[in-house]
Amino acid sequence: MAIIRLHDLFAAVMLLGIFSLLSAALFTLMDAVDVAFTEAAVGAGISTILLLGTLALTESEEKPEHNRRAPLALLVVLLTGAVLIYGTLDMPHYGDPAAPIHHYLADRFIESSPQELQIPNMVTSVLASYRGYDTWGETTVIFTAAIGVALGLGARRRSRRQLQEEERENKGGRA
Amino acid sequence: MIRHVILRIVAKTLIPCILLFAFYVQFHGDFGPGGGFQAGVIFAAGIILFALMFGLPAARRVCSPRALEILISLGVLLYGGVGLASIFKGGNFLDYSVLAHDAVHGQHIGIFLVELGVGLTVTAVMIKLFFLFAGRKHIL
Repeated sequence: MAIIRLHDLFAAVMLLGIFSLLSAALFTLMDAVDVAFTEAAVGAGISTILLLGTLALTESEEKPEHNRRAPLALLVVLLTGAVLIYGTLDMPHYGDPAAPIHHYLADRFIESSPQELQIPNMVTSVLASYRGYDTWGETTVIFTAAIGVALGLGARRRSRRQLQEEERENKGGRA
Repeated sequence: MIRHVILRIVAKTLIPCILLFAFYVQFHGDFGPGGGFQAGVIFAAGIILFALMFGLPAARRVCSPRALEILISLGVLLYGGVGLASIFKGGNFLDYSVLAHDAVHGQHIGIFLVELGVGLTVTAVMIKLFFLFAGRKHIL
């Protein structure tokens, strides 16, 4: 809540980092160590750094925006929220061992992965082998996203200009 | 930043530990928590800490942008290469069982290589993104 209300973006970024760290601790408590790992490294670490880098490029204060009331938007948001909550009513309780998600493929993975793969960490065996296709897709997504961001930020042009600058500086230093 | 003695010393002692831990997470992912993605992010975090402490030019000398670009594609190619290798060995795409003489060993090799590919790509992408952001206006 505080993150949404804050106008000081620096404080908001810091709160986001703290939130990520706390949810990493929460994941650890729920025995999802791999997820906690990722959350701590990506959420609390890298994304905070990237957000701070963006703040350094722009301003760390949100522009003041006069408060306009939009009753239609509020109505849409409330309706969507109500529909979503109505949808959760049918879902099995949290931690219910009879929930369908625990019996679709999980049983087979848990039973056969120790014999088939002989890897103690089942998360790794599921991610890298049984769902190798999925992880392959994720890797290509990261690859594509990186290319997109690099193009958007003008990587090639900038690096070449920087190289020229560095060369000039080097020459200047020698002279 | 380099003038702050305490920050510099702490960073200098931390960075090797972070990098070593990244390798541990990468290659121990079969036995403990972790894997290519987490390892890549941790390794990138180590390099980013280095860049924060010693400036972007120093970090650019450690990992040149050109090498990073090559590494980004190399990871994806390694992953896809394992998949193609299993096709050529007579299995399905990304079916590691055919990579070695017995299925379990093949799975181990396949998972190791695939995780390595993910790790390479993620490391290079994260460092690259940080360089791009930080290099835009000479923040560092």
